[in-house]
Amino acid sequence: MANGEWSFAFSIRPTTHSALPNPHSPCPIRKGGDAMTAWDRFVETFFKPDLLAQYWPDILRGALVTVEIAAAVVVTGLALGLILAGLRAYRIAVLNALIVIFVDIFRALPPLVAILLIYFGLPSVGIVLPSFVVLWLVLSFVLAAFAEEIFWAGITSTPKGQWEAARSTGLGFTQTLLYVVLPQAVRLGVPPLTNRTIAITKNTALGTVIGVGEILNEATTAQSFTGNATPLMMGAIAYIVLFIPVVAVGRWIETRFAWKRA
Amino acid sequence: METILHQFLNFEIMQKVLPLLLRGLGTTAYLCALVVPLGLVGGLLVALLSLSRRRVVAWTTIALVDLFRAAPPLVLLILLYSGLPFAGVSLSPTVAVCLAFLCNTSSYYGEIYRAGIESVGRGQWEAARSTGLGGLQALIHVVLPQAVRNVLPDLVSNTIEVVKLTSIASVVSFPELLYSADMARSVTLNSSPVVLAAAIYIALLWPLVRLVGRLERRVAAH
Repeated sequence: MANGEWSFAFSIRPTTHSALPNPHSPCPIRKGGDAMTAWDRFVETFFKPDLLAQYWPDILRGALVTVEIAAAVVVTGLALGLILAGLRAYRIAVLNALIVIFVDIFRALPPLVAILLIYFGLPSVGIVLPSFVVLWLVLSFVLAAFAEEIFWAGITSTPKGQWEAARSTGLGFTQTLLYVVLPQAVRLGVPPLTNRTIAITKNTALGTVIGVGEILNEATTAQSFTGNATPLMMGAIAYIVLFIPVVAVGRWIETRFAWKRA
Repeated sequence: METILHQFLNFEIMQKVLPLLLRGLGTTAYLCALVVPLGLVGGLLVALLSLSRRRVVAWTTIALVDLFRAAPPLVLLILLYSGLPFAGVSLSPTVAVCLAFLCNTSSYYGEIYRAGIESVGRGQWEAARSTGLGGLQALIHVVLPQAVRNVLPDLVSNTIEVVKLTSIASVVSFPELLYSADMARSVTLNSSPVVLAAAIYIALLWPLVRLVGRLERRVAAH
């Protein structure tokens, strides 16, 4: 900040700029004929038609970025989690300790802390990663940590008899793991993983803090240009349109696989 | 290697910024003391409304829960903090954070309570009512204790998520742990303060993460 105060890298402040036309604050509701009704004020503030028309391509572009990163995170996160859980089944002490440390760290660490640490820290040792790569890596690791735990719980809950039966038919350890145990572990993991996966993909919004051009970033940029809350509202609606179907599918999967306790 | 240590594990800098980070940690604790109880109580209310026998009430609640589970918390926070001023309503960072968290976390807690209440058999309700307990009494003394026990791992696990989520308050200049650490980073031009903040988060939450694992195994064993 200009006045020598400490500045914060990514803070977002209310941008009610005095230079920008804000049609409402200087214009309280009057009881005259030309006065705006409360409804008009609401529309002007949050759903201004010309801004809707002007900024929907930006929001759409942001939505594409959000979808791309979310899809990448789901694929790499779940795959990494499954691989780690599979490796853990070999019970190699050193490897297992490393896996447990990785999982515990990413379950305890807020993703925003990891994002800032990697994005602002690595360049100082000569590694410059694009912001979307940082977002993708961090969210993948977070999802992998949760997925590993859930798949591992599935592996350990597979009855011993399954292992013994598979081995006695002549399958090796790896074959048993791949063809008998993991498929069951994955099935068991579907309901608990669904909600976790949704929550983590929503964290793509954190990318705005390091300038990833996803929905929220496009929305806040447009908002600071226009001095109007319409772009923010559009961003929120874009997220809801994208994620409501996902949440609904999640709810359906949960009830379908629900584990009823008596 | 030397530069890595200097950039990420500079104990001299860590020592210097420790008081600032501890103040940030205090603010994080204060924020948690606000938003966790808000979420727990709000969630219970949400769960009861979503189980209401009036279809309209139940469906409206479920629709709202899904709405708030679909919107990322950071989007809610920024909409409240930086969108509402345009409508003439300026919220302080604390109020904005609390409201955004209330919407988000009570939806998640609500779903957990609901699963818990549904896991308690109907017979428990009927037995409780038939001994002369009122609906509220049956809920408080018979159903809720069992419901909470059944979903305790999920409640603790969600609480960890809420504590982690308080870090997004830094985005609206709320001076909590991450905000303090990043401020220190931008002043010292060194990443050690953020590493220290990460270490503090992990040190605080790691025991809880372990606890969740243990609770999950115990409930699974039932």
